[in-house]
Amino acid sequence: MAKVMEGLYYSESHEWVRVEGNEGTIGITDYAQNALGNVVYVDLPEVDDEVEAGEEFGAVESVKAASDLYAPVSGTVIEVNEALENAPELVNQDAYENWIIKVELSDKAELEQLMDSKTYEEFCTK
Amino acid sequence: MNNRLYGNLIFELSRKGRKGYSLPKNRMGGYEIPSMMRRTTDAALPECDELTVVRHYTNLSLNNFGVDNGFYPLGSCTMKYNPKINEEMAALPSFLYLHPEQPTETVKGAEAVVTLLERSLCSLTGLAHFTFKPYAGAHGELTGLMTIDNYHRSHNDMGRKKVIVPDSAHGTNPASAAVCGLEVVEVKSMADGTVDVEDLKRIVSEQGTEISAMMMTNPNTLGLFEKSIPEIASLIHTCGGLMYYDGANLNPMLGTCRPGDMGFDVMHINLHKTFSTPHGGGGPGAGPVGVREGLQDFFPVVSPYHGNFSVMLRAYAYILTLGREHVKEVGSLATLNANYVKESLKDVYELPIDGLCCHEFVFDGLKDKSTGVTTMDVAKRLLDYGYHAPTIYFPLLFHESLMVEPTENESKETLDGFIAVMRRIAEEAKTTPDEVKSAPHLTPIGRVDDVLAAKHPIVTYQQLLHDKD
Amino acid sequence: MTYKYFPHTEEDLKAMLEKVGVESLDGLYAQIPESICFKDDYDLPSEMSEMEVRQQFEALGSQNQQLTCFAGHGVYDHYTPSVIPNLLSRSEFLTSYTPYQAEISQGTLHYIFEYQSMMAELTGMDISNASMYDGTTAAAEAMMMTVAAGKKVDRVLVSETMNGKTLEVLRCYALHRGIKLEIVAMKNGVTDLNDLKTKLLEGGVAGVMVQQPNVYGIVEDFTGYADACHAQKALFVVDGVAANLAVLKTPGEWGADIAVGDGQSLGIPMQWGGPYVGYMCCTEKLIRKMPGRIVGMTRDNRGQRAFVLTLQAREQHIRRQKATSNICSNQSLMALWVTVYLSLMGKHGLKEAAEMSYAGAHYLCDELLKTGHFTLVYDQPFFNEFYVKYDGDGNQLYQRFIDAGILGGVRIGEGFLFAVTEKRTKEEIDNLVKIAAL
Repeated sequence: MAKVMEGLYYSESHEWVRVEGNEGTIGITDYAQNALGNVVYVDLPEVDDEVEAGEEFGAVESVKAASDLYAPVSGTVIEVNEALENAPELVNQDAYENWIIKVELSDKAELEQLMDSKTYEEFCTK
Repeated sequence: MNNRLYGNLIFELSRKGRKGYSLPKNRMGGYEIPSMMRRTTDAALPECDELTVVRHYTNLSLNNFGVDNGFYPLGSCTMKYNPKINEEMAALPSFLYLHPEQPTETVKGAEAVVTLLERSLCSLTGLAHFTFKPYAGAHGELTGLMTIDNYHRSHNDMGRKKVIVPDSAHGTNPASAAVCGLEVVEVKSMADGTVDVEDLKRIVSEQGTEISAMMMTNPNTLGLFEKSIPEIASLIHTCGGLMYYDGANLNPMLGTCRPGDMGFDVMHINLHKTFSTPHGGGGPGAGPVGVREGLQDFFPVVSPYHGNFSVMLRAYAYILTLGREHVKEVGSLATLNANYVKESLKDVYELPIDGLCCHEFVFDGLKDKSTGVTTMDVAKRLLDYGYHAPTIYFPLLFHESLMVEPTENESKETLDGFIAVMRRIAEEAKTTPDEVKSAPHLTPIGRVDDVLAAKHPIVTYQQLLHDKD
Repeated sequence: MTYKYFPHTEEDLKAMLEKVGVESLDGLYAQIPESICFKDDYDLPSEMSEMEVRQQFEALGSQNQQLTCFAGHGVYDHYTPSVIPNLLSRSEFLTSYTPYQAEISQGTLHYIFEYQSMMAELTGMDISNASMYDGTTAAAEAMMMTVAAGKKVDRVLVSETMNGKTLEVLRCYALHRGIKLEIVAMKNGVTDLNDLKTKLLEGGVAGVMVQQPNVYGIVEDFTGYADACHAQKALFVVDGVAANLAVLKTPGEWGADIAVGDGQSLGIPMQWGGPYVGYMCCTEKLIRKMPGRIVGMTRDNRGQRAFVLTLQAREQHIRRQKATSNICSNQSLMALWVTVYLSLMGKHGLKEAAEMSYAGAHYLCDELLKTGHFTLVYDQPFFNEFYVKYDGDGNQLYQRFIDAGILGGVRIGEGFLFAVTEKRTKEEIDNLVKIAAL
C-alpha cells in the first residue's frame, strides 16, 4: 500500500505540493515512485524557470519507463533538489522527503483544484 | 558461445608501435599539413597487428546469435533467412565502386536495378510509385508522413495536423508523427485487438477536417487482420485524410492481399524484413515508400542519393530468385507456421485473443500465473536452450506480452523443437521456478544490471579509464 | 510445394493444417474480405536459378562504368582493407538484429561500445551514440536536438558553406518539424562571422551549424564561434568528414556541443550512395537529449563486465511521440565496418592516409594551376578537396575525363570540385592533368 502524507495537496498525475507561506515544495508521490520502479534519472528544470499548472516541467526516468512531471501549481522555480542529480534513487527511498523543486506560487487559488490526502488515497485505489 | 576470450576491448589489446595496415609510399611529398589546421593530440586509436584484429572480432562474433545460428522468433521483426547469393550480388565490383554523383550514362545498370525493383514492389503492393531514399523503416514512416503533409500543404489545407494511430501501434508511429510536426490521436482497440470502428467514427466526426492521415499495420501488432479495413479507409478518405500503411507486417500478405487494394494511399516497406536483406545487428535496412498515382510529386528529400542501394540489390536478387511463383507462397507459409506454434502452445501459455492469426501472435505470459515466472524469465530461459527469445513486453496491451513470429523458412522440426522447449519451460516454472527466474545460465554472460548502466552511464573507453582513476 | 527456402513437405503441410484446423492454406485467410483479396499473378519474372540470378546481375553491372574517382562532395573513394568484408560476412554479425537480449548479443554490444569510444576520440567529444543512418540525417537529428535541448527556441542557423546535399535534407526536416532554418552568409568561401553574430543577437537561436572542411574543401577558422553561440545559449554543431578528423582540429577543440558527419570515409565503399553511417557525438551534459541507440557498460549477475543498450527512456518505444527521435535502430553493421577499419588503421594509419590525401590534393591542384587553364575560386587553405574554375568549356572537359575513364570531380555551378584520397596514385593524377591540359 502506497504511503500518503497528510497536509499535502495532490494532483491526478501523482505529484504533491507542500505549501509554506507563498512557497510550494513539489515532489512525486510514493504511489508514483512505486509504479516507476528504480529511478535512474530526474530531469530537473532550472532556477528562475516559470512553471504553469498542468504543464510539464521535467521528467523521471526508470530503466524501462519515463514519466513526465506536471506542475500541480504555477509559479517560478526558486530551488531544485540537486541531490537528485547524482542520487536519483532517493526518490525511491522516500518520495516525500526527497522533493524535486520549490516554487514561488503565483496563484494560491490553484490549490483548490488539487486533492487532499484522503481524496488522493481514494483516487489511487480506484 | 565463447567465454574464454570474452572481455577485452580492442583498446586493451593495443601495444605501442604495432600496426595493422600498409599504405603505398607517399610520392607526392613536400606537402605538409599546416599546424594551424592540426589537432593538438593524436586520436588515441588502438595500435594492433592484423591477426589480433581478426581474432578479436572473430571471437566477438561468437558471442552473438543470428538467424544462421538458430531459430529467431522475434515478433514484428520478420527474422527470415538471408540468402547468400544476395550478399554476393551486392558485393559485385560493378556496383560497389560507383560514386553517387556519377553521370547517368555511366550508371545505367544501377538505374535499371532501381527501375526494376520499383516495378516489382508496385506489383507486389498495388501502388504506383516508390522512392528509395528512406534508409530504414522508421525513416520510411517519416517520409510517408512528410509526403502526406506535403500533399495537404499543396492544397493549402494547412489545418490537417492530426494523425490517427491505433493504441496497439508500435512506438515508432507516434514518434514519426511528432518528428513530422503532427499530433497523434489514438483510436481504441476492441476486445479482439482490432480497431474500434465506432471510436474511429467519433474521432472522424469530431476532428475530420484536422485529420492528415491514419497509420495502420495490417495485420496489426497482434498479428490479426483488420477485417474492417475497407470501411476504415472509406471513413478516412471521406473526411479528406490519407491512409498510411506501416509495412512492418507485410510478409503474411504476400500472395493474398495488397495494401493498395485494401485502400491505402502511402506505405513503406522494410526490405530487411519482407525482402530478406540481413538485419546486420540493427541496420542497415531500407524503407522505400510507395504511393498511389499522383502522390509521387510530394516525395520529400530525406536523404541525398539513392537510399541504401546495396540493400536494394539484395532485395532485388531475392525477388528474382523467388519469382512470381514463389513470392506468392511466402505469406501463407509464414502464416501457417505462426498458427501451428500458437495452436501447439495455447494450452500452457495465455492466448488473450483466440482465432486465426497471420504471421505472428501474442501470448500474455504463462497460463499458470501462480508460479511467479514472468515473460522475462521465459525469454531468458529460452536462451539457455539455444533459441533467440520472442519479442517481449510489446505490444503494451498486455502485461506479459510474448510475441512470436516464425517465418516461412522454418521447418516443422524446428518449430516442434521450439514448442517442446516452450512446454518444458512451462513445466519448469512449476517444478524448478528458481532455475527459470535466474536464467540464463549457459550464455557468455548472465542477466545484466540495467539500473547501474542507466544511472552512471559509461559509454566510451575514455570514461571507463576515467572511472577507474 | 517445397522450395529451397521453404522446407514444407506435403506431409508437413497436412499435419500442420490439421493442427491449426483449416483445410488448406487459403483457409488461413478466411477472415479477409473477398473483395480485397489479390487473385491475379504478380507482374514479376518467373523464378530464377542461382546461376540465372548471377547472370542477370552481371549483365546489369556491365552497364555501369567504373571510373577512377576524383569526386568527393561528401562521398570519398578510400581503400577498404580485405580484413573488413571478410569479418563482416560472419553471419553472427550479419544475421542478428538489434541487441535486445544482451546475454546473446555481446558481440554487437561490445563492438558498438568500441565504435562509440573511437568516434568520441576522433571528434574530441565526450560521448557518441551507436551511429545513425548517414551524415545528412545525423545533421538533421542534430538540428532537431538543438531545438529539443533549448527552451522555447526554434531558429537554427546554418552556414552557406555547408554541403548543398546536407542543406536540402535539413530544409526538409525543418519544414515539417516547424524549425526556422536560416542561412549564415559566406564571405570569400568561408562562413561570415559577422553575419553569424548579427543573426545570433536577434535571439531565439537554438543551434548553429557549420561544416569542416566546408563544401569547397576549405578548412575554416572557427575561433570565437562557440563563445558567440554560448553567449546566446545556442548550441554549436560541427559537421565533418570522419577520416579528416585524424589530423584536423577536432569539433571538441572548436568548442562544439555536438559533432556530426558521415563515416563513409572510414573505408566504406561508395556503393552508389549507401549504406553509409552517420556519427553523432556530444558533450556529456547533452547525453539524455541525444537521439538513437547508446550502448553502456555494466556488470552481469556473475560479476563480469558486460555491455547493454542503455538510456532507453529517451527512445520511441518508451516515449512514443515524446521521444527525442523516431529512430529505432542504428546502422550497426556499418558501425562495425568503421570499427574494424579504425582498429586496423589505428593511431598512425589513419593519419598517414589523411596526409597522403592532403598531399595528393595539393599536388593535383598545383599541377592544374600550372596548366594555366584553372584558377582556385577562393584563396583559402583546403584539405583534400578544392574548387577550381576552368577557362574552357567545362562540360566538354568533364566528358573528356569520362571518356578516359576518369570521374573528374563533381560539377558545382561552373566550377569543378576535385577530391583526392590515398587511393589515387601519382600516375592517375598526372593522367588527369594531361587530359585537362589538352
